[in-house]
Amino acid sequence: MSMLSFERKYRVRGGTLVGGDLFDFWVGPFYVGFFGVLTLFFTFIGTGLIVYGAALGPTWNIWQINIAPPDLSYGLGMAPLTEGGLWQLITICAIGAFVSWALRQAEIARKLGMGYHIPVAFGFAIFAYISLVVIRPMLLGAWGHGFPYGILSHLDWVSNVGYQYLHFHYNPAHMIAVSFFFATVFALSLHGSLILSATNPKAGERVKTPEYEDTFFRDTIGYSIGTLGIHRLGLFLALNAGFWSAVCIILSGPFWTRGWPEWWNWWLDLPIWS
Amino acid sequence: MNERSGMILTSRLAVAVLAALLIAGCEMPTGKDTEQLGYRGTGMEAVINTRSEAELRAANQVPAPQPPVEPAGPLASELYENVEVLGDLTLTEFNRLMNAMTEWVSPEEGCNYCHVPGNFADENIYTKIVSRRMLEMTKTINEQWPTHVGETGVTCYTCHQGEPVPEYLWFEERGGPRQAGGMAASRRGQNLASPNVGSSSLPSDPFTPFLLGDEEIRSIPTTMLPEGSNPRNIMDTEWTYGLMMHFSESLGVNCTFCHNTRSFMSWDGSPPQRTTAWHGIRMVRELNVDYLDPLQPVYPDEQLGPHGDAPKAHCGTCHQGVNKPLYGVSMLADYPELDKVRRVARATISPAAEPAVASAQVEDQVEDE
Repeated sequence: MSMLSFERKYRVRGGTLVGGDLFDFWVGPFYVGFFGVLTLFFTFIGTGLIVYGAALGPTWNIWQINIAPPDLSYGLGMAPLTEGGLWQLITICAIGAFVSWALRQAEIARKLGMGYHIPVAFGFAIFAYISLVVIRPMLLGAWGHGFPYGILSHLDWVSNVGYQYLHFHYNPAHMIAVSFFFATVFALSLHGSLILSATNPKAGERVKTPEYEDTFFRDTIGYSIGTLGIHRLGLFLALNAGFWSAVCIILSGPFWTRGWPEWWNWWLDLPIWS
Repeated sequence: MNERSGMILTSRLAVAVLAALLIAGCEMPTGKDTEQLGYRGTGMEAVINTRSEAELRAANQVPAPQPPVEPAGPLASELYENVEVLGDLTLTEFNRLMNAMTEWVSPEEGCNYCHVPGNFADENIYTKIVSRRMLEMTKTINEQWPTHVGETGVTCYTCHQGEPVPEYLWFEERGGPRQAGGMAASRRGQNLASPNVGSSSLPSDPFTPFLLGDEEIRSIPTTMLPEGSNPRNIMDTEWTYGLMMHFSESLGVNCTFCHNTRSFMSWDGSPPQRTTAWHGIRMVRELNVDYLDPLQPVYPDEQLGPHGDAPKAHCGTCHQGVNKPLYGVSMLADYPELDKVRRVARATISPAAEPAVASAQVEDQVEDE
C-alpha cells in the first residue's frame, strides 16, 4: 500500500508501552505493536469460540444464534463449556481484545505526542461492557447475571432485566443516561449541520470560516461554544451517556431490588411535606 | 485563578450532591439473594433483599392450630337458632371453628365482634352477616378454585391475619380529585404514585375494570397488521400495566415471574405461574361480583369506600407481599370444619330482619363528576 509523501514523517519508533521494538512496525497503513498482536489473538480466539458455540447450537440463523452465560447455580466459578463455559471464555477474549485495542490507541498517541483522549474515551465504552459482564455479576455473586451473546437473545435479556425492576424508565441513572444520549445526537446534529452549511456556500463563493459559524450561533441563541468547545462538549456528552448507562445497570440489583418507581418514594417521604 | 478554582469546587460539589442523592435512596450492595426463573441468560431472575425478605417471612407465619376435636354431640343446627351455613357441624366442631375464627379475625374484640352480647342468635349485627358470607366464600374458593389455590386452600386467616378488616383491600377511585379546568380537570386516575401500582404514574385503580368488571386485559394484537381486530390502544395498555404492577407488588415478584417479556402475550415462553395467575384473576373477579360487592348494603358507612362501595379483594388481600400466601403453608388441612360449610341459595344477602347497624344507602357520592 502506498504511503503519502508526508506520512513517513509521523511514523517514528518508540513510545511503546510493552515489548520495546519487538512489534514496533507497520503493516501497510496499520500500526501493529504488541497490543495489535494481542488484539488479533483475542479476536480470533473469541470469534472462533462464538462460531464453535453456534455450531453446537440449534441454529445458524444469524439472528437467533445464542451463547448464554452459565446458570446462576455456578456462582462465580467456571462452568462446563457447553453450559456457559464458552460464554466465560468469550468474555475473557472480548475484554482482552477491547483493552488491547485501547492500549494500542495509547501507544499510537504516545508516538504522536498527543493526549490520551481517544483511549480514555474508548475506555468508557469498555467500562460499560465490563459493568454488564463482570462488575454487576460479581456484585450479585454469579456470572449468570451477564448478558447472552446473540443478536436477539441479548435484546430479550435487556427486556427481562428491565422488567425485573417493573418499570426501568424510573431508574434515575437510566434517565440521566438516556438524556445524555439524546443530548449527544442533538449536539452532533447541530455541529454537523453547522459545518456542512459553512463548507457548502453558493457556487463561486468562498468556504466560510469559523467566525461565520460562531456568528450564526451568536445571532441565533446569543452564544457560540466555539470550534474547540463543541468537541469538548461532544466528548463530555457522549462519555456521560456511556458512564451513566453503566451506573444504571450496576444500581439495578446490587443497590436496588424493588420496582424502580418505588425508589422515588424518598421524594414523597421528604420531611418537608410528608 | 481564584475564579477557576471556585468553578472547580462548585462542580465537584455538584457531582458530590448528585452522587449522594443517587445513593441515599438505594440499598446496601450486600445481603442479596438471586433466583433463576428461566433458561440461563434470558434475564428471567429475581434479586431478593434478604433483610426485607426475613421481615416479610416473620410477618407471614401461621398460628398454631386449635387443638383438634372428635366430631361429637348433636349438630349445631339442632342446638342453635339462626345457624345457616354451619348447621352440618357437630357441637365440638362448631365450637372449635368459632374459637379459631375469633383467634383469626377478632382476637382482641372477641366473640362480641360478630355476636350481640347475651344473644348469639341475634342477627342484628352486620359483622355476623358478613362473616357468614365469608364462610361461604371460603368454601367456594377451596372447592371451586383448585386451579388457583391448589391443595393449600385458604382459611379466614389467609386474609385476616388477626385483623377484623383485612389489611389489603380496595375501593373504587373514579379518576381522583378534580383540579384545574378543561382538559386538565381530571387526572384520569393517573399520576398519584399510588402503592396500588408500585408508586408509578399508571392508573391507580385497575381493579374496577379488571377485577370487578371483566374488561379485556390483553393489549397485544393477535394479528401482524392493524386490522381493526384489537380495540385497545396505548392508553388502555396503561391500565393493564397498572394491574400488572399490582400483581408484582402484592406477590413480591417481578414481571419475569410470570412472563418472558420478549412477548408478554405468548404462553409458550411463560413460566407456569402465569397459568395460576390467569385463574386467580377469574377467581377474584367472581369473589368480588358474587360475594364482596353485594355486601355493600350490609356495611355501615365507615366500612365503605369514598364512593360508597363495599371493600373488595385483589391479589394482595390474600398474598400480602408473598407469592404463595403464608409461604405456602396450608392451614386448611387442620380445619376439616371449613369443608362442612353449607352454601345457601338466597335472594338477598340480608336476613329477614334488617341489621340494626346496616349502612344508610349512600346518596351523595356523585359530587366528583
